[in-house]
Amino acid sequence: MRIAVLADIHANREALDAVREAVAAEAPDEIVIAGDIVGYGPDPAYAVEIAADYAARGAHVVLGNHDQAAIEERSGMTANARDAIRWTRDQLSAEHRSFLAGLPMTVAAEDRLYVHASADEPDHWHYVLDAQAAAPSFDASAAWLIVCGHTHIPAIFYARAGHPPVAFRPLDNQPAPLMATRRHLVVAGSVGQPRDGNPASCFALIDLGQRSVTMRRVPYDVETTARKVLSAGLPPQLATRLASGR
Amino acid sequence: MRVHEGQVIDGFVLEQRLPSGGMASLWRARHPDLNTPAVLKIPFLDPGQDVSVVIGYEVEELILKRLSGPHVPRYIRSGDLSEMPYIAMEFVAGESLAKPAKDAPLPPEDVARIGAEVAVALASLHAQQVMHLDLKPENVILAERGAVLLDFGLSRHAGLPDLLGEESDVPMGSAAYIAPEQVLGDRSDPASDIFALGGILYLLATGELPFDTPSTTAGMKQRLYHAPKPPSAINPKVPAWLETIIRKCLEVDRARRYADAARIAFELRNPDQVVIAEPGPRRSCWDRILFAFQKRDDHQLTGTSTLRRREAGPALVLVAVDLAGGTDPLAEAVRAEAVRLVAARPDSRIACLTVLKTEIIGEDARADSAGRSVYIKRLVALKDWARPLDLPEERISYHVVEAVSAADAIIRYAEHNHIGHIVIGARGASALRRHLGSVSSKVVAQAECSVTVVRLKAQGELPEQ
Repeated sequence: MRIAVLADIHANREALDAVREAVAAEAPDEIVIAGDIVGYGPDPAYAVEIAADYAARGAHVVLGNHDQAAIEERSGMTANARDAIRWTRDQLSAEHRSFLAGLPMTVAAEDRLYVHASADEPDHWHYVLDAQAAAPSFDASAAWLIVCGHTHIPAIFYARAGHPPVAFRPLDNQPAPLMATRRHLVVAGSVGQPRDGNPASCFALIDLGQRSVTMRRVPYDVETTARKVLSAGLPPQLATRLASGR
Repeated sequence: MRVHEGQVIDGFVLEQRLPSGGMASLWRARHPDLNTPAVLKIPFLDPGQDVSVVIGYEVEELILKRLSGPHVPRYIRSGDLSEMPYIAMEFVAGESLAKPAKDAPLPPEDVARIGAEVAVALASLHAQQVMHLDLKPENVILAERGAVLLDFGLSRHAGLPDLLGEESDVPMGSAAYIAPEQVLGDRSDPASDIFALGGILYLLATGELPFDTPSTTAGMKQRLYHAPKPPSAINPKVPAWLETIIRKCLEVDRARRYADAARIAFELRNPDQVVIAEPGPRRSCWDRILFAFQKRDDHQLTGTSTLRRREAGPALVLVAVDLAGGTDPLAEAVRAEAVRLVAARPDSRIACLTVLKTEIIGEDARADSAGRSVYIKRLVALKDWARPLDLPEERISYHVVEAVSAADAIIRYAEHNHIGHIVIGARGASALRRHLGSVSSKVVAQAECSVTVVRLKAQGELPEQ
């Protein structure tokens, strides 16, 4: 069983198209869209339509904080994110909004849990950036495999009962192990706005048979997306960060 | 988990219990689907057992299944931890290095031969991104196919999470051989295995361990501050070249330690190429007292990781140059390429090789004085060609090889010496040359390492008036 995880698409059409092509070539058994379909990027309507299409074909889709902010007024966002989300709202139709409004916070499938930010208090949007931040997720869920996004930085945390989790930064395109003896929290990198220093789009490919997870990197036409960010009148920093991957 | 002779685990019939350490039992076993015997490693997972047993099993399973080549036992399969944990691997016939270690001191040539085999095995392991981190005689089998390394329970794969290191604060390794940076918790430098290899060479050469077997971390830390006795002080038969190699393996400061196991194998096999370095003057009594009271940072003593040096470029470069027609423009271009390659890495070593073509195999051209003079003449030409490289003698060696086929001689030399990169020139591409096949194209096709082919830019013909 192979699972492709697309997290933090952030309305980046060029990145999403490049990743879709790579995912199609892998022909996974399950597709997960781990939240933040919109926000920051210049193509929210397109991203929602693609996500809805995946959902119609059986993909699991969970709600992200930007998706939530696009349909209801939220506090606690950075200035750039807030400006972008206001712009985003105007781009979405009632149909788009109703798709986002129908998304669940978490999806459980067998011994796996899909969530945007963290398994503990999914609606508080905690950032799982280190082992300490991963621990509450393991306490909150009994799943063997928790999959999330939100940080835009790929990571894997390995947990063993009675011990603090061990953090690991998986190497690009190199399978990292999943272990029978441990539980895992996999933070998939971002499709539409990578922040780990590599501007290439990222999606996680989980192979349950091989017990591995690979952070697949897919280069895309960053310049076009950046240009669209600027011409949409979105904050210019949202364009420059795409090229630097920070 | 109690297991007994004759028991069947996942189709493996346990035949004979083999000697093992405290973490797992080892069984020679047979499986009806396999035509060779296997070894089953079954961890002691009884309640109350140390957690490092579980992690060691996890780590070994992760790493062994990713390793390949003649210097590790072939991984067969593993059992489910929740049902019957085991790792099945190939049974490697041979002699444990622990046996000759018991008979030490050994003659220097035996130390060099065994040491080179272990170094070659280490080079293969390091090339696969794995550090053993528990290298000792008990974990080495001297097999017909070379040295085979065992027990990856404390090992580290550069591309995998370090479960062991993340969960433990105490130094992990064997007290007698553990590298100083490993004592301080650094589990990321292949040079730690080179330090352990130095300990093995020391034992084989002298019959004694360089640092004894301290049982505390403080005891293990002593190796950061005190160098062991020179091997020749214990066994006067240890030659200076071997002592130099051992000392360079056991350097606390990694900037002065070998960074590549292949380089050690090369020097153990070519003792005449080892430049004898005098050890620094022994500290005076007063200096030692002063040193003992100085505040110092242990991490500073172990220096920076050798990883950057390893990444900078190949440790051993073979430059094959055709000097049959003297130092021609192509030979100069080959030299210029060599300059660029060795500049990338200040501790690399360059082997300059030229082939003296012989027509018939078996007829020793050097036997007569005429042949001898041809050989000497070519060696002089080779050294003259290499002079502008301006490298110190410990970084360069010269080899005039007599052979019927230049390509075969170059490939053989590169394989035997674990060369990391070959530089070779190619003559212009004439139709005849394409038909016969050039030396460089054969080297490119058959060498196991990277090859740079140097070619002079063709100037082309003048257009017809």
